[in-house]
Amino acid sequence: MALAQTQVLEESVAETRLNLAGREVALDPAGALFDPQTRTLVVADLHLEKASSFARRQVFLPPYDTAATLTALTGLVLRRRPRTVLCLGDSFHDGEGAARLSAQDAARIAALQAGRDWVWIAGNHDPAPPAGLGGDCCAQVQIGPLAFRHEPTCQDGAKGKMKGEVAGHLHPSAKVSRRGRSIRRRAFVTDKERLVLPSFGMLTGGLNVLDRAFQTLFPPFAFTAFVLGEKRLYPVAPASLRPD
Amino acid sequence: MRMTAPVPIPAAADTLLPERFRRWFAARGWSPRPHQLSLLSHARAGRSVLLIAPTGAGKTLAGFLPSLAELAEQDLQGMRDREFLGPHTLYVSPLKALAVDIQRNLAMPVAEMGLPIRLETRTGDTPAHKRQRQKLHPPDILLTTPEQVALLLAGKDAERFFARLSTVIFDELHALTTSKRGDLLSLGLARLRRLAPKLKTIGLSATVAHRDDLRAFLVPQHPESARNLAEMVVVREGTRPDLSILHSKERIPWQGHTARYALGDILAAIKAHRTSLIFVNTRWQAEMLFAELWRINEEALPIALHHGSLDRGQRRKVEAAMAAGTLRAVVATSTLDLGIDWGDVDLVIHVGAPKGASRLAQRIGRSNHRMDEPSKGLLVPSNRFEVMECQAALEASLEGAQDTPRLRRGALDVLCQHILGMAVAAPFDAVSLYEEVISAESYRDLAFEDFEQAVDFVATGGYALRSYERYAKIKKRKDGLWALAHPRLAQQYRLNLGTIVEAPMLTVRLAARRGGKDGRPGAQGPAGGRGGRVLGQVEEYFLEQLVPGDTFQFAGQVLRLEGIRENEALVSRAEAQDPAIPSYEGGKFPLSTYLAAGVRAMLADPQSWEKLPGQVRDWLSLQRQKSALPPRDALLIETFPRADKFYMVAYPFEGRLAHQTLGMLLARRLERARARPLGFVANDYALAVWALRDLGALFAAGTPSLAALFEQDMLGDDLEAWLAESYLLKRSFRNCAIIAGLIERRHPGEEKTGRQVTISTDLIYDVLRSHEPDHILLKATRADAATGLLDIARLGEMLSRIAGRIVHQRLTRVSPLAVPAMLEIGREPVFGEAQEDLLAEASDELIREAMGAGETEAGFGLGANTGVRGERGRDAP
Repeated sequence: MALAQTQVLEESVAETRLNLAGREVALDPAGALFDPQTRTLVVADLHLEKASSFARRQVFLPPYDTAATLTALTGLVLRRRPRTVLCLGDSFHDGEGAARLSAQDAARIAALQAGRDWVWIAGNHDPAPPAGLGGDCCAQVQIGPLAFRHEPTCQDGAKGKMKGEVAGHLHPSAKVSRRGRSIRRRAFVTDKERLVLPSFGMLTGGLNVLDRAFQTLFPPFAFTAFVLGEKRLYPVAPASLRPD
Repeated sequence: MRMTAPVPIPAAADTLLPERFRRWFAARGWSPRPHQLSLLSHARAGRSVLLIAPTGAGKTLAGFLPSLAELAEQDLQGMRDREFLGPHTLYVSPLKALAVDIQRNLAMPVAEMGLPIRLETRTGDTPAHKRQRQKLHPPDILLTTPEQVALLLAGKDAERFFARLSTVIFDELHALTTSKRGDLLSLGLARLRRLAPKLKTIGLSATVAHRDDLRAFLVPQHPESARNLAEMVVVREGTRPDLSILHSKERIPWQGHTARYALGDILAAIKAHRTSLIFVNTRWQAEMLFAELWRINEEALPIALHHGSLDRGQRRKVEAAMAAGTLRAVVATSTLDLGIDWGDVDLVIHVGAPKGASRLAQRIGRSNHRMDEPSKGLLVPSNRFEVMECQAALEASLEGAQDTPRLRRGALDVLCQHILGMAVAAPFDAVSLYEEVISAESYRDLAFEDFEQAVDFVATGGYALRSYERYAKIKKRKDGLWALAHPRLAQQYRLNLGTIVEAPMLTVRLAARRGGKDGRPGAQGPAGGRGGRVLGQVEEYFLEQLVPGDTFQFAGQVLRLEGIRENEALVSRAEAQDPAIPSYEGGKFPLSTYLAAGVRAMLADPQSWEKLPGQVRDWLSLQRQKSALPPRDALLIETFPRADKFYMVAYPFEGRLAHQTLGMLLARRLERARARPLGFVANDYALAVWALRDLGALFAAGTPSLAALFEQDMLGDDLEAWLAESYLLKRSFRNCAIIAGLIERRHPGEEKTGRQVTISTDLIYDVLRSHEPDHILLKATRADAATGLLDIARLGEMLSRIAGRIVHQRLTRVSPLAVPAMLEIGREPVFGEAQEDLLAEASDELIREAMGAGETEAGFGLGANTGVRGERGRDAP
């Protein structure tokens, strides 16, 4: 597999350029995809209001996840200045999440939406559009050869159908072990035909890219995990990855 | 329980002991010992008492005599017929096995005296129907563990159940109080005292450094007044142990923990004695030593292995064989430290560093369980530094010096767990619960604000952003009492109770034989079939580092990992001779401050070297000649170039944990000083840091000066910054979060996949640190770090001791004393925060692969990861 190009952006954050199903896109180390032609920023699995969702079952996670996720998203939006923001589903941890937003967080979302198109793609956690928030809702968005949806489609159908699919849902994470230490980080997974984005939400866990769930999406050994680093992505081959 | 030869019964016994007891003692030709009688008289007067006695002093019987005597005088049957009768005595021990052992030993005298006393154990292994019966028909004496006490106290009927309680006996109190279990127990005791105000306690302990800590633990405290102390009865050590250090003709290695050089000597010692107990510090050492001994055990002497990860059935077998006297030696870890009766052990061999004087004394005390014969111990140092440590421990033992730690300050996460438990039992009033809590010695200094914070945490997570009020676990009712919000939470509490958070473990199971090899049909499935024998459990993190096909030493054999399936690691017996041995965590017990001081004093005083073996003496003399000896109260730092790097070796002698912390902090500072540090390693005695720039020249030029480098303020901002990333602290946080009840335990057998729905404590930690740095769980984590994993407290003392007293030796080459630390390089994982470097390395592999190399490896990689490698291995030649 030819290596993707790495390009340094401002603040010395390096994006990774990738030819995905014939379209050049940029993978951002913050865990987002950027389509330069349409200036579309894509983030997956924000899981806003996850902590408050757990609180309903008396598990009291720090109630700062929404604010922290929105802060990260704001930073990304300021850096990328997208014309469109595409949230790839599971933007809220549950159907009532939007209703539990604090007024402050709701205002921050409105501020992010101002002056640009905003699309909520339906996810399994949030099949219905978030109540009381702006933005359009749909199940899927097509940009050129790329089809953006929440859940990746399994491989058993005709292979050609999956070409250009960009999805989230699985929260891919990659684990690398070296010298008796291991690191587990969020990652993009791609075979250059399709791509799964890492989860963007602050309190979201990850699923190891060697898990069975990914085997039906990518041919064995023929994918790359782009592991999120502080300032850049690290492409790692399956041979160097570890299961959990 | 053994007694000594007949002694005339002291006059006091006539009045203190019921007739039946005197007859029973007399019939065996025994007599009660003075300390047993003093305990009896204290108990008669309703006083709590601490008994300090060496092993074999009849400590356990002494603890039970008062209860047995009291019960013997009661009409138990009649009382039971008339009313519900809760337990009279609670016996709490740190080990389940100990409770079972005591029951066996106590049942004998009870039966022989014809006492209608009911004795039962209640541990995590007790079946549910028996536990249920025990609640309805409690025994007179209940033998149990701290966790079970907490469970009983959280019962709805706790008040009725404990109303009759007269005595609590704490066995091995010195061991119970050193961990969070002791915190939980101290809170439980405070509650028991509330339920049974006349309650008296009896603490049984080995010799400790701070007796008053334990005496205070046993009785209620009034924080404003001076410490309340229980009575104390001390049995003097019978005879000093007969302790020696192995003087081998073989070369003592510079470094390492295998003691391979001494195998012949160890086997000879086993042959020369009836039964030997061989103690090592880690399971890794136990496995290694056991395998090595069998390699040279030509006479096939029965030598067994015992450590906490082995299958329970296997351990019980070894214990039974030991008690029956059919074994010549057992290689064991700390699982055998405590007072289980071990038959006639006539030699204790301690292999490796003793770590602490008291710890060694307790282990040596396992031999010759009799007061009138000296315990016999042989110390086998595994490297040259350990020779000095052994010598220091030997001298401490002759002086009877003790170095057990002070009583812990009660942990906040344990308090949170206890508060929920108390709400499960009954609605509580915050102020009166606070008063109860601070009556426990461990919590006497707890501020009301911290207590309120804990209540707040239990209720809604304790966040400044009060957004969870409507989901609260406990709610303040109109009458001012805090009550559980939902009965379901009681079940949740019971499932998560306890303070021991085990590292996730995988069961190690022998896979059924594979087809092909022996002609039997191949098993189904990717990695051999199931149905093989369970060998024990190994930490998940260790197995995660292995790839199917890797070999490791476990349960006394070399095993080959076939694959991991759910919660099981399937293995086969390997023919390999040199396994990738499990590197179980080694630094659990750091070198005690006391022994460290002993070693420093020895180094600084060449006169004292005559006690040391010639090779060690020569080594130290050479050090004096080539560099300098570490001064007693100052810090020696050596710098030298080697190959293309520059090294700094420091000799603080503060134990590995403190050194690791120090190493990380120094690396940060050197980084800022642009010295380009690359890594460091630490052992119990020294630490080595290496860098790309000439550290000696930098220090000489004062860029930075050593004084600035070791400035105490490194424990401020640098520490704070490093803690943010420290995986040790994250692990510590996870434990606190589980104990406090923020997240639930992962119970054995539960799904381990689907991590995207589970909550990562690392993420919670990051969010808390940035949003609520004063959250109670972060306070609890920092407290743990100060004393536990990071040993920051000890590091702080060291930095202040050596301030202005740093001796710098600029050398042209490595010094003799530096060799052991240097040899650790590459063997120990390099700590540090170079996470991105690891990723970059993994990423570089991709580049190599892209250049056309390593394709076969790639082919194996995924197979291994998905568990199909076993299958591939079968097909491949």
